[in-house]
Amino acid sequence: MEQAKFVASSSPHVRGRQTVQSIMLDVCIALLPSALFALYRFGAYSWAVLFSCVAGSMITEWACNKLMKKPNSLKDLSAVVTGLMLGMCCPPTVPLWLPFVGGVFAIGIVKMPFGGLGHNFLNPALAARAFLLASWPSMMTTWSNAVDAVSGATPLEAYKLGQPAGYSDLLFGHVDGSIGEVCKIALLVGAAYLIIRKVINLNTPVGFVVGVAGFAWIFGGYGGLFTGDPLYALLSGGALMGAFFMCNDYTTSPCTPAGQFLMGLLAGILTGVIRRFGAYVEGVTYAILFLNVCTPLIDRYIRPKAFGEGKAK
Amino acid sequence: MNLLKFSRGGVSPLHSEHEGKTLTEKKPVVELPAGKTVSIPMVQNLGAPCRPVVTVGQEVGVGEVIGEPLGFVAAPVHASVSGKVIAVRDLLHVNGKLLPHVIIENDGEYRVNSALKAHTWEEVAALSPEALGKIVLDAGIVGAGGATFPTHVKLSIPADKKVDMLVINGAECEPFLTADYRLMLEQSQDVIDGIRLLMQILSPDKALIGIEDNKPKAIEAMQQAGKGVPGVQVCVMRTKYPQGSEKQLIEACTGRQVPSGKLPADAGCVVVNVGTCAAVADAVLRGMPMVSRITTVTGAVREPKNVRVRIGTSFSEAIDFCGGYEGDVKKLISGGPMMGVTQFDDGVHIVKGTSGILVLNAGYANYPDESSCLHCGKCVYACPMGLMPLKIDLWSRKKNWEMAEDYLAMNCIECGSCSYVCPSKRHIVQGIRLAKAEIGRIRREKAAKQKEGGK
Repeated sequence: MEQAKFVASSSPHVRGRQTVQSIMLDVCIALLPSALFALYRFGAYSWAVLFSCVAGSMITEWACNKLMKKPNSLKDLSAVVTGLMLGMCCPPTVPLWLPFVGGVFAIGIVKMPFGGLGHNFLNPALAARAFLLASWPSMMTTWSNAVDAVSGATPLEAYKLGQPAGYSDLLFGHVDGSIGEVCKIALLVGAAYLIIRKVINLNTPVGFVVGVAGFAWIFGGYGGLFTGDPLYALLSGGALMGAFFMCNDYTTSPCTPAGQFLMGLLAGILTGVIRRFGAYVEGVTYAILFLNVCTPLIDRYIRPKAFGEGKAK
Repeated sequence: MNLLKFSRGGVSPLHSEHEGKTLTEKKPVVELPAGKTVSIPMVQNLGAPCRPVVTVGQEVGVGEVIGEPLGFVAAPVHASVSGKVIAVRDLLHVNGKLLPHVIIENDGEYRVNSALKAHTWEEVAALSPEALGKIVLDAGIVGAGGATFPTHVKLSIPADKKVDMLVINGAECEPFLTADYRLMLEQSQDVIDGIRLLMQILSPDKALIGIEDNKPKAIEAMQQAGKGVPGVQVCVMRTKYPQGSEKQLIEACTGRQVPSGKLPADAGCVVVNVGTCAAVADAVLRGMPMVSRITTVTGAVREPKNVRVRIGTSFSEAIDFCGGYEGDVKKLISGGPMMGVTQFDDGVHIVKGTSGILVLNAGYANYPDESSCLHCGKCVYACPMGLMPLKIDLWSRKKNWEMAEDYLAMNCIECGSCSYVCPSKRHIVQGIRLAKAEIGRIRREKAAKQKEGGK
């Protein structure tokens, strides 16, 4: 009977090309410029750190799936992305076991126990970074420069000390900092790629940038209100990484345009607060983690305006 | 040129990735000869079904009434061929149910029922709007775009509402379908005649014909045909799915939003498909009821075609006429790929709303495996109704109908944009449909209970 071969299903019968896998692959590609710059600036060791992170993530994801008798989810590449993201915000000098432990924590504690991809309530990479920072603070804040062997302060520390780095050094990565965060041009190239590929939209990043820059301008200066340097604030530390790669993580940020902007804005402001008044010089990680927790609340109260609501003729 | 478009959501890459219209857009409409028998369903419109009014053995002519409506929201059904009624029985319908069909043995003469009456424009001018509306009702005209809402109901505007805009739907935003496009090219005068007749019934200030900018020839043809007809204007719209959805079309053409939960008439509009316009012209000027329509038979068939087909022809006959299936076919769809209904049997029959018969092969018709919702919000951006599809689907899966309703499930137009963009390939529309059905059931039960309590 020929008819029996027809499949019946609910419409639509065609689907778009974007898949979870293609999105994750795009994120990996977008991180490539930063990774290449790290190779040039910090040498091959920085890639070893990245690989250690990715290995920790992937092995843990595989093991968790085995343990929980769930299908293998490595091929959606999300573990690779988590590992890479974490690696990008590690200093280039950490011992190799540290990023591995970070990868294990990100997947084994933050992601899989809550149900895996799409169910974690914190950004796994950032949560793991916070964990590493709290557990091994000195290793995570030693920025000795492997290439020219000059150990120095990060731009944010320098700013606090009153000896800010130059803008072009910040932009082109001639400063100390985490593996993937130093070269802002590379980050922006990656972000542009993600925007062109329609992987990310600009709501959260713009909110975050406005939050960081606005707060830095108003309160960030040491000579009173409105004496801060918003551009310096954006180009130093993990601000751009946070804006384009961390803050807008799908699962842990709101899903409506207004909610996304609000989340970015609040995370940006909180980053500024921690940087200016906190004990840490950098606040991106904690600010975004805090807003991750607020995301369900934002999603609950900020809904899009439905078609035909309140515009009755 | 400033292209018109609805305000939010929608999918645009659809047309580059899954255009499909190239298969048939250059092919003129050809007549599909009716088979030895036609089986005409008694359910061909949204609303009430029809009751068969012929008996087995009775001779009928083309255009003779064979089914009478059981209610106001319904339209009569006519014989599409001449010949003898050989059976009245339940057959599989495109909606998946077993429903009564009148089966007529085609004598091949296409003898037209003598009771049908054509009108000249002079006669039309003397007719009242009500009399014209009656002709539309008697001709069994329903929305030809696919929704099959009886047209005469749309034309009966309640006294408390004022309609000043007639919006003509020539968007045809579904990929693959080209029936309306060919109609606008080949029968532009009929469409304009239909619009003039509808304008006489509704007396709107303007009649706006909305056409997407991927159909420049249709735009030109309609502009040409509409020249000199007062009030008729072609609106060129940006190609974006779901431009042909009633509410989105109204917004694109007039800038008005139909209030949530209300009808187009509440925004002063009536929307009629171009195919319906041509059917109105047929009914009034030539006396011919809705007994045939243009359908695009396309996809994985050997020779995709636009065909004029008599109602009651089976899908398999149409597909055979187009050279039969090609390759490993997996899905048979009545309508387009975004909103069409899959058929599990090609023995079903063409109805007044069959705008297309689409065959998809294995490459297209994969039923993708779902993965977890990433919460990416792409569906929120894509939703033309400003909803949060992921939330409705989520609550629907948890069978929490109240929360689904809270997230405005009932506003969903089921256009499929959310499922289309979902990177996790989740069957979002399916979940929302389930929620809508359940919410509808609960509402009806509540209403029934209230009625009981009131007594």
